Amino acid sequence: MFFRIPRRALLRLASPLVILALWQGLSALGVIPARIIASPATIAATFWTLATTGRIGVDLAVSLGRVAAGLAIGIASGTVLAIVAASSRRGETIIDPPMQMIRAVPLLGLTPLLILWFGIGETPKIALVALSSTFPVYLTLFGGIRSVDPKLVEAACVFGLDRWGLIRHVIVPGALPSALVGVRYALGAAWLSLVVGEQINADRGIGHVIMDARDFLRTDIIVVGLVIYALLGLASDAIVRAIEHRALAWRPSLVRAEA
Amino acid sequence: MRETGVRVSALRRTFGANTVLDGVDLEIAPGEFVALLGRSGSGKTTLLRTLAGLEAPSAGRVVVPDRRAVAFQDARLLPWKRVWENVALGLPPSDARRRAHEALDEVGLAARRDAWPATLSGGEAQRVALARALVRAPELLLLDEPFAALDALTRLRMHLLVGELWRRHDPAVLLVTHDVDEAVLLADRVLVLEYGRIAHTFTIDLPRPRESAQRRFAHHRRTLLAALGVELPNPTFEQIVAGSF
Repeated sequence: MFFRIPRRALLRLASPLVILALWQGLSALGVIPARIIASPATIAATFWTLATTGRIGVDLAVSLGRVAAGLAIGIASGTVLAIVAASSRRGETIIDPPMQMIRAVPLLGLTPLLILWFGIGETPKIALVALSSTFPVYLTLFGGIRSVDPKLVEAACVFGLDRWGLIRHVIVPGALPSALVGVRYALGAAWLSLVVGEQINADRGIGHVIMDARDFLRTDIIVVGLVIYALLGLASDAIVRAIEHRALAWRPSLVRAEA
Repeated sequence: MRETGVRVSALRRTFGANTVLDGVDLEIAPGEFVALLGRSGSGKTTLLRTLAGLEAPSAGRVVVPDRRAVAFQDARLLPWKRVWENVALGLPPSDARRRAHEALDEVGLAARRDAWPATLSGGEAQRVALARALVRAPELLLLDEPFAALDALTRLRMHLLVGELWRRHDPAVLLVTHDVDEAVLLADRVLVLEYGRIAHTFTIDLPRPRESAQRRFAHHRRTLLAALGVELPNPTFEQIVAGSF
């Protein structure tokens, strides 16, 4: 039942396919020159060549590594900050104001500063990803912890949970739905900042492939790079949604779907 | 051996300028079942919460047993833990699962022990809440209007279940309720709280099991309702002859 593609979904594919066909046709007629954008067929062929010759694999691994490192730092620091800020008034007073202020700064605009501070190696790229993924996690987890039903906290106290037990059995699972939404936002922000970070003096990574292709007017390779970014974004989002589905199996909406 | 009942003397609790409990004296013997009646806002729930340790007294002395358990009006199950895990909450992990299963057996929910709380009916959720309270072998069981939100038939079944569990486990019980019949059916003693003090105490000396159609049951109900300010019309001669009041 879950694997049957509904009619509506098929219908929704119609207009993208028409656009692709038009694009291909206009490229073939020479109306759209390849230096503006390559034809879909050329792009597909380039994709295949890059994928099979293994050249793109190394760059893919480098990009993935940057996002993974940045996300790990960003999610960890967002989580710690949110827990400290949400668990006491004093914590909130100390942590929340600067977080709200920094959040107002367009983080991608920090790139020149990051280059001055960290040079042009891996550090500024990872720092950019880490910075931009910290805030979504902080904001959603902070809100999630604060919205845990105080009646449940009270009941758990009556039944003898200590502070650690309370965090483990009540606060964390109660805040998890919001936190996972935050992680999905963080993923989006992470890929975006990776794209920006990699376009500045990267010598490896998908962004480097794109910048390299620009120098040789290879619009086909540029599009392949963008498609890879998009696929990575979709794949990582799908992973988090799968985690959501497992970890939040108790939610009434999912419980009913199961029954 | 079990000398730890409840001893409360001159308990006061104020919230700002508002005095909710104004000199409450209360003793509950080990194994005694006490029901607490009173109008809304009379301080019933505050008194129960104080005994649970959820409210600090503003003045006065409160002595309660160490092992206490509460069943709230809303069952307050953690929605992200399966039924048995809710019951096992806070137990030493070595035998938590076994004890939780036994407790669920006792309230007749063995079949639902792996269910999510979101799938339970109101009555089932309250039975889980009872199991979660009983699994700790409490010396004092605090019931805060646990049946108020249930339909009439489910409530009757819950009354039987609570009576049975109390007989078997023998904790001291404080039942906060609005339901006069419930109080007469279950309690050894019924207290009426008024303006932050215990205004009336009634001993219910009916033999168990009790049944609301009994004549002396009706007498207790009438007396209690009068104490709560509800005067029933006097029974007619025919009703008395028919024995139906």
